[in-house]
Amino acid sequence: MNKVYNNRAWLLVLPMLILVAFSAIVPLMTVVNYSVQDVLGPNASFFTGTEWFRAMLNDPELQAAFLRQIVFSLTILAIQVPLGIGIALIMPKRGWQASAVLILITLPLLIPWNVVGSIWQIFTRGDIGLMGWGLRQLGVDYNITRDGTDAWLTIILMDVWHWTPLVAMLCYSGLRSIPDAYYQAARIDRASKWAVFRYIQLPKLTNVLVIAVLLRFMHSFMIYAEPFVLTGGGPGSSTTFLSQSLTTMAVGQQDLGPSAAFSIIYFLVILLVSWVFYTTIMNMQKDKNSQGGA
Amino acid sequence: MSWMVWTVPTAIFFSAIAAMLAGMTVWEIVSPTIERKGFLPISTTRGDRLFVGLLSAAFIHLGVIGYTSLSIWLALAASLAWLLVLMRWG
Repeated sequence: MNKVYNNRAWLLVLPMLILVAFSAIVPLMTVVNYSVQDVLGPNASFFTGTEWFRAMLNDPELQAAFLRQIVFSLTILAIQVPLGIGIALIMPKRGWQASAVLILITLPLLIPWNVVGSIWQIFTRGDIGLMGWGLRQLGVDYNITRDGTDAWLTIILMDVWHWTPLVAMLCYSGLRSIPDAYYQAARIDRASKWAVFRYIQLPKLTNVLVIAVLLRFMHSFMIYAEPFVLTGGGPGSSTTFLSQSLTTMAVGQQDLGPSAAFSIIYFLVILLVSWVFYTTIMNMQKDKNSQGGA
Repeated sequence: MSWMVWTVPTAIFFSAIAAMLAGMTVWEIVSPTIERKGFLPISTTRGDRLFVGLLSAAFIHLGVIGYTSLSIWLALAASLAWLLVLMRWG
């Protein structure tokens, strides 16, 4: 089939472009304008040049939050991706069990983020929460408001509970799309379960896994509501992630200039990571197409 | 427009970006881009290379502003040179 290229089709994007201009581009321009000034009020602003950027890049608290953010994102990826694949592999493949398990697994994804925070906040309380109380009865000194390690482990556990289902669902749909012929060929070769996984299932899952990693990375990098409700960034600042630092600065302290500079840096990092992921996905599909064509 | 608190430098910055986009559009109409592979590990179109150039320019500026005492104009010059190299051989 021959595709018709007609650049006038771009005109169809125009309404969307106008919408995006008002919802994203104009606000982003304003943020850039704020980042180089000290705005005190209407008609009272001073040009500060690159001062805010220099201050933000050298702020030890923000550097710590950035590091924490990266450690957090990498940790949950290292747990959720293998776990999601594992769950997808053992999920029933047909019949009513398949539907039942799918629904059960999807449930955490349907819960609003700050409700997830509240659920875990209550769940981990030492006096009434099942997990907090239970652990104390077992003799573990567990307290997320006092112990930074406990708070970290709980946030990671919460994120794994909330988002592994997404990875599992993506992998499940990827597994479903593998034609039976592959498995039949593997049976003829008397391939082991591991060989089937390594040479049939995993390669066929690459595409959905890249999407899963991208989605999970982006979302965990911008995580806000769940840790904010669960620990409030504490104890101390041991679980304060980037978006919470930003909110504290912009809304709490009304430091608009510095937080604008910080937003731009944050945005650039996210833009870079998204671009790298996007290019990787696109290149993988291109390779696949050229292989298919050959 | 006063709520957007425009300054001359940011106005110049956004005008330059807009001019680049307009220029790229005209260039594309006059002679459509051909995807090719240069020293970058991926094959790119002209627009891809401009994007990579602009994004790396942003990080060059951040690096210079945050962690050196060099002039920001030096960062701009380095970014422009890098952009040209990228557009030609990237």
